[in-house]
Amino acid sequence: MNRIDEKFAQLKAEGKKALIPYICSGDPDCGSTERLVYALEEAGADIIELGVPFSDPLADGPVIQAASVRSLSGGFKIRFVFDIVRSVRKKSQIPLAIMIYYSSILGYGKEKFVKECIDSGVDGLIIPDLPYEEYDEMLPVLEGTELYMIPLIALTSNDRIPMLVKNAKGFIYCVSSLGVTGERKEFDSRVDSFVARVKECTDTPACIGFGISRKEDTERFGKIADGCIVGSAIIRRINETGCDIEKVKEFVKGLK
Amino acid sequence: MEFNKDFGVFGGQFVPETLMNVLKVLEKEFKEYCYSDEFKRDYMYYMKQYVGRPSVLYYAERLTKALGGAKIYLKREDLNHTGAHKINNAIAQALLAKKMGKTKVIAETGAGQHGVATATVAALFDMECRVFMGVEDIERQKLNVFRMELLGAKVVPVTSGTGTLKDATNEAIRTWVAEAEDTFYILGSAVGPHPYPTMVREFQKIIGQETRKQMLEMEGRLPNKVYACVGGGSNSIGMFYPFIEDKDVELIGVEAAGHGIETGEHASGFAPDARIGVLHGMKTYLLQDDDGQIKTAYSISAGLDYPGVGPEHAYLHDIGRVKYTSIKDDESIDAFRTLCKYEGIMPAIESSHALAEAMKDAPNMDKDDIIVVCLSGRGDKDVNTVAKYLGKEI
Repeated sequence: MNRIDEKFAQLKAEGKKALIPYICSGDPDCGSTERLVYALEEAGADIIELGVPFSDPLADGPVIQAASVRSLSGGFKIRFVFDIVRSVRKKSQIPLAIMIYYSSILGYGKEKFVKECIDSGVDGLIIPDLPYEEYDEMLPVLEGTELYMIPLIALTSNDRIPMLVKNAKGFIYCVSSLGVTGERKEFDSRVDSFVARVKECTDTPACIGFGISRKEDTERFGKIADGCIVGSAIIRRINETGCDIEKVKEFVKGLK
Repeated sequence: MEFNKDFGVFGGQFVPETLMNVLKVLEKEFKEYCYSDEFKRDYMYYMKQYVGRPSVLYYAERLTKALGGAKIYLKREDLNHTGAHKINNAIAQALLAKKMGKTKVIAETGAGQHGVATATVAALFDMECRVFMGVEDIERQKLNVFRMELLGAKVVPVTSGTGTLKDATNEAIRTWVAEAEDTFYILGSAVGPHPYPTMVREFQKIIGQETRKQMLEMEGRLPNKVYACVGGGSNSIGMFYPFIEDKDVELIGVEAAGHGIETGEHASGFAPDARIGVLHGMKTYLLQDDDGQIKTAYSISAGLDYPGVGPEHAYLHDIGRVKYTSIKDDESIDAFRTLCKYEGIMPAIESSHALAEAMKDAPNMDKDDIIVVCLSGRGDKDVNTVAKYLGKEI
């Protein structure tokens, strides 16, 4: 059974919601990324999203863009993410999803990429620039595997929602805002009805991401969704504290 | 009209889900409105009365004689209002934006030509305009920055990535994702997610259509070879498209070889170190490092300084219909100076790349052969660059 499914089954039984932190692999270095994974798990993370830095991250705001630049200027290579996952898997079975832009998968080689994901112990893929119309690029190589492609659904998806959630595995990534990743003080007024619509259309867990940075956000969205994804707020603290693992841990604990 | 989102294996819509309904609405409006009599009337009105079309197809007699081979014709897009072909597309997209009820436009620019064209049409159609421009390019193209500001546009400096055209395009797309409700993205090159590469081609094909007609009127036959420069590839796709079915007409796309393909400092999407990847919502040939990160392109010409090619060019390359080649910085400057000397015409450095390739071929061709070069823009904007290249203070 896929670790993401196991986790949500467990959370459901306990009546809890998922906390899904996002960190950028290799920011500030790969050793830190591995240590951060353990720290995040200890802080109560249920699933961890490992970002793979790309030179042209179209869906990301300034904080994650800057993290990508730091990682790449430190010499990060795509294959390092598998090294990180292999190391983590020796100590932890926390579900791991990789967030990666499609160009990087193409450059690495689709088949090789998927094989290494499976061999190293990755559970899900989030590809922010691969919309439904382009799924055929990936679905054939994922067929018959336990590696899930997590669909992203947007505020503007409207009539596309039933099509997008059909056959969804793992969880559904509901994008809370128009625009790019990054902390926000206010959310779009449509977000509640949007998540409700997604929940009506599927039994697959629905989690909310983009703009979530505070405990009041996770509490608010915990009422309507199955979990929250927090990225920029954590990455900002990693950077501001010079990657002080304890301080990052404290912050993430405070989100629960 | 029906258009496929893909050109063979290239093109597509590799964008965040947030944009998908926006692109679908755009495609629908484009197909309905841009083939209506209303649009054709308005577009042609502005092409004639505002841009000054049809642009001249000029027989460069002195240059022809100096080279001693094929007859050389120049399609004078440099004579258009604002000095380049970019205005054809900018007007058409602005008409579409107005039809869709958008009150604001955004654009990306590298050298500033498309930014100026967009600022121009925004003034003409009374729309709020923001132009995204990399901080590096702002520094290199101060004159065009000021031109855009004079025309009422706000130039937004882009600091992310390498601070050049590719980053300005990312930022324009990011902004569009957030503001698509009232904002239209006027994309300047034949790149981006579907329907943009098709739209830009449809709005630029007037170049090739006129050329074909003018050639038949002047010479009673079609040219042997047609040359155009390729950055993203908007003037070239506009020039080539109406000739695609004319199998006897050889089509040559000229990319920028910068300091030389072998140095790695170039802007050639068809170079041996380019591979298929995804950028700006499209799948195409891109300059990438060993790990698939997009590399910075280099060319003396800011308008060709793009790390990829439009997806239709990638397709035309792979099926062999268009031959793609490249010209180095020094060769383009030689061509620039040659045209000044023999014809009193100062071409853009971009267009000088196409001209340089034609000048290589012309002497080896028969005197009865005919070649056409798309002179996509004028070179006034490049005077500082040329002076710097020649080591002159002005």
